[in-house]
Amino acid sequence: MRNPQLNAQGELTHLLTLEGLPAEVIVRILDTAVPFASIAERDVKKVPLLRGRSVFNLFFENSTRTRTTFEIAAKRLSADVINLNIGFSSTSKGETLLDTVDNLVAMNADMFVVRHSQSGAPHLIAAHLNRTGRLHVHVVNAGDGRHQHPTQGLLDLFTIRHYKKDFRALTVGIVGDVLHSRVARSLIHGLTTLGTPEVRAIGPKTLLPTDLQALGVQVYNDTHSGLAGCDVVVMLRLQNERMKGALLPSVGEYFKHYGLTPEKLALAKPDAIVMHPGPMNRGVEIDSAVADGERSVIFSQVTFGIAVRMAVLSILAGN
Amino acid sequence: MKIEIKNGRLVDPRHGVDGVGTLCVGDERVVAVGAPPAGWRAERTIDATGLVVCPGLIDLSARLREPGFEYKATLESEMRAAVAGGVTSLACPPDTDPPLDEPGLVEMLKYRARSLDKAHVYPIGALTVGLQGFELTEMAELTEAGCVAFSQAEAPLTDTGVLLRAMQYAATFGHRVWLRPQDPYLAKGGVAHDGEVATRLGLAAIPPAAETIALATIFALVRLTGVHVHLCRLSTAEGVAMMRAAKAEGLPVSCDVAVHHLHLCDVDIGWFDAQCRLIPPLRSSRDRAALRAGLCDGTIDLVCSDHAPVDDDAKQLPFGEAEPGATGLELLLPLTLKWATEDGVPLAAALARITSRPAEILGSPAGHLGVGAPADVCLFDARVHWRVEPSALASQGKNTPFLGLEAPGKVRMTIVGGHVVHEG
Amino acid sequence: MALPDAEQTIAALADRMRGAVAFDAKFVGIYSGGAWVAERLAAMIDGEHPVGYIDVSFYRDDFSRTGLKPEVKRTELPFEVEGATIVLVDDVLYTGRSVRAAINELFDFGRPACVELAVLVDRGGRELPIEPTYAGARLAVARDLSIVLSRAEDGRLTLTTEAGGA
Repeated sequence: MRNPQLNAQGELTHLLTLEGLPAEVIVRILDTAVPFASIAERDVKKVPLLRGRSVFNLFFENSTRTRTTFEIAAKRLSADVINLNIGFSSTSKGETLLDTVDNLVAMNADMFVVRHSQSGAPHLIAAHLNRTGRLHVHVVNAGDGRHQHPTQGLLDLFTIRHYKKDFRALTVGIVGDVLHSRVARSLIHGLTTLGTPEVRAIGPKTLLPTDLQALGVQVYNDTHSGLAGCDVVVMLRLQNERMKGALLPSVGEYFKHYGLTPEKLALAKPDAIVMHPGPMNRGVEIDSAVADGERSVIFSQVTFGIAVRMAVLSILAGN
Repeated sequence: MKIEIKNGRLVDPRHGVDGVGTLCVGDERVVAVGAPPAGWRAERTIDATGLVVCPGLIDLSARLREPGFEYKATLESEMRAAVAGGVTSLACPPDTDPPLDEPGLVEMLKYRARSLDKAHVYPIGALTVGLQGFELTEMAELTEAGCVAFSQAEAPLTDTGVLLRAMQYAATFGHRVWLRPQDPYLAKGGVAHDGEVATRLGLAAIPPAAETIALATIFALVRLTGVHVHLCRLSTAEGVAMMRAAKAEGLPVSCDVAVHHLHLCDVDIGWFDAQCRLIPPLRSSRDRAALRAGLCDGTIDLVCSDHAPVDDDAKQLPFGEAEPGATGLELLLPLTLKWATEDGVPLAAALARITSRPAEILGSPAGHLGVGAPADVCLFDARVHWRVEPSALASQGKNTPFLGLEAPGKVRMTIVGGHVVHEG
Repeated sequence: MALPDAEQTIAALADRMRGAVAFDAKFVGIYSGGAWVAERLAAMIDGEHPVGYIDVSFYRDDFSRTGLKPEVKRTELPFEVEGATIVLVDDVLYTGRSVRAAINELFDFGRPACVELAVLVDRGGRELPIEPTYAGARLAVARDLSIVLSRAEDGRLTLTTEAGGA
């Protein structure tokens, strides 16, 4: 089975998952993001690279943040951007996912940025495009169920590389609801591919998936041992539904044991950085003192996110 | 019709027959094994050189999609698929629309099947009204209409009090209860086996405990009531071990495995292949090995196809939203032969799992070729491979994870009640 | 075919520019060869000549056909482009497309007062109406060969040819 992300020439033609992507491909995306980051400092924050191309944001699940950053990224590349919130369009009237895709391809879509609540939805779309010979149309996974959020993983890797330089010397702790987190899965695969020696998942047993060790992760149930010696601490968002789903009793108890406070952060290395994919629940998984503190690089993640997405869109559009 | 079948390798597991010989059928029954009786003249002679001649296959779970789901498949197409696969008797689960909880529906199904004059259809009646799990169905009436056992299909029956009473009531009329061992709470929302693959793919998972807890509950109720229970579609290694212990203990239980679970495991989902979306889910390779061993040593009594035709649209969806099920009537024989060859199981023993043993569970007089048995015969060429493609399948369900497989074993002829219903 | 010596050529180019180029002209080198030449010229020519660097990858006209180059560098212009006198510097001038891209990119930073072009080697074969203001050497080169400028560890520049026109 050929990797559906690569075309016949072995070039990246879809970005669906960081799992199984060769390290060279990941590094190339990170390297390409560097010059794109500098574009934000210009007066004219635009380059003509994707002029004439149409990028369709196909969001089956609401997300203003991610959609906006993709829109900004595409527009800075001079692409035309169309936003589709599918809850309000034809799919809710019974049109199948693939019919929607076919209709949009007929409207000359060059790229689909897809967010869906079901794991595997972007794979389905990419397989359909490959099978029907539309090899010039590219799919970017903007988050599928709990499976992957590859551009988030890439911008997290970019951020870590920016502040810490060499992955091969790092201990990275990922704290929170790993079970439901596509961000965690992408980051785990990215980190292990780039040679990070110790990747830790820290959380209560109800929020950690089965056989996580098989992904190359050390599992911890308490922050005291889990955060000790970490160079990077990544806090995951805790969703309210977890309380209703009998996975946790209360926000208060969660914050007490897993919320990142200055005291808990002190367990990590003195120069450790704090990251969060956003949006933050202050007082639930992270204390404001830490979120606004000097070790937090959370706002850089947002800036880097645009550059990384510009890199991804450019590389795909050129292949 | 009076038919003489010569020169074929006659394999009849129940009577321990395995060798080149002649079979004579007429007036809907097997007339002779070996030389034709004196004065008996065949109206048709078949030279079965190079072919295996065995009892028609008996499939304990095949969805015919009528009534209610005719857009997925029809009785006509699926009965054609059955005999194309060498299946001469099949049991159809009660999860039609409406469910088979009323005698009228059962009679209609039997009538329709009979008029098509292909395989025998054994409807399995609903254990509770509407399969809702609260009220008992009129099992005596349903038996008169033609039901041979009672089941909940995939619908959960959470109230153990109701389950106990349903089992007792079914036993009153001498019937087995067929149950899927799945705890609905642990299985809720799950679409894949709880293991590394589901973790990597971010799929909601069903732990093996969903099966073992249900088995433990069912065995406890069997101990209490002495009711015969047939467990449908085992999927876990632990489940096989529990089954082995239950049989050793002497409990009146039997079980089956779906033919897909003998060959596939969760890794085969690959990049979210919805053809692998099945109930129960495909589990780990360790579970698959235990299922194969269990089938070998008889802990698992038989194999069924769990045939479920699904239209293309319902499979062309993200994995979690795709409709579960795979087409199987035409793959039951090849996939059973494949297992037998791979695990060194003699042909007769393998065929027993799809002929004589299912017949016993079903209470059917077929499944063997002794004199007086129903004239349900399958002739197949074990040396030939055929490519699994949509055009090669008679079923309307083209949904199979085995697309492209070179399947061993081509059915050349199927005879039901002494009539040739398929020639290929 | 004999290539001129790069060091001699750059000396000739500096000679031509000395006295002609504005005292406060900014030298903007097009990566990579143009950047090396710009640095050398700034050192060789008197005046205030800050050096900037341009990567034209995002402005090329062949992106659809060839995609993004594997290595994209950062464009760095450490001075105000608005109202400035700019000398774009490249190592080899051929079709003129890279210069066209560099000019477009430059104009996204501001409106220069004027833009001149200095090239080490002009090999002809223009596909756009672009001419150098200053050229070190003029050559005729077969279409299937490219001219490559390399820089040794000690900074010494050399010109060589390679197969594959560019």
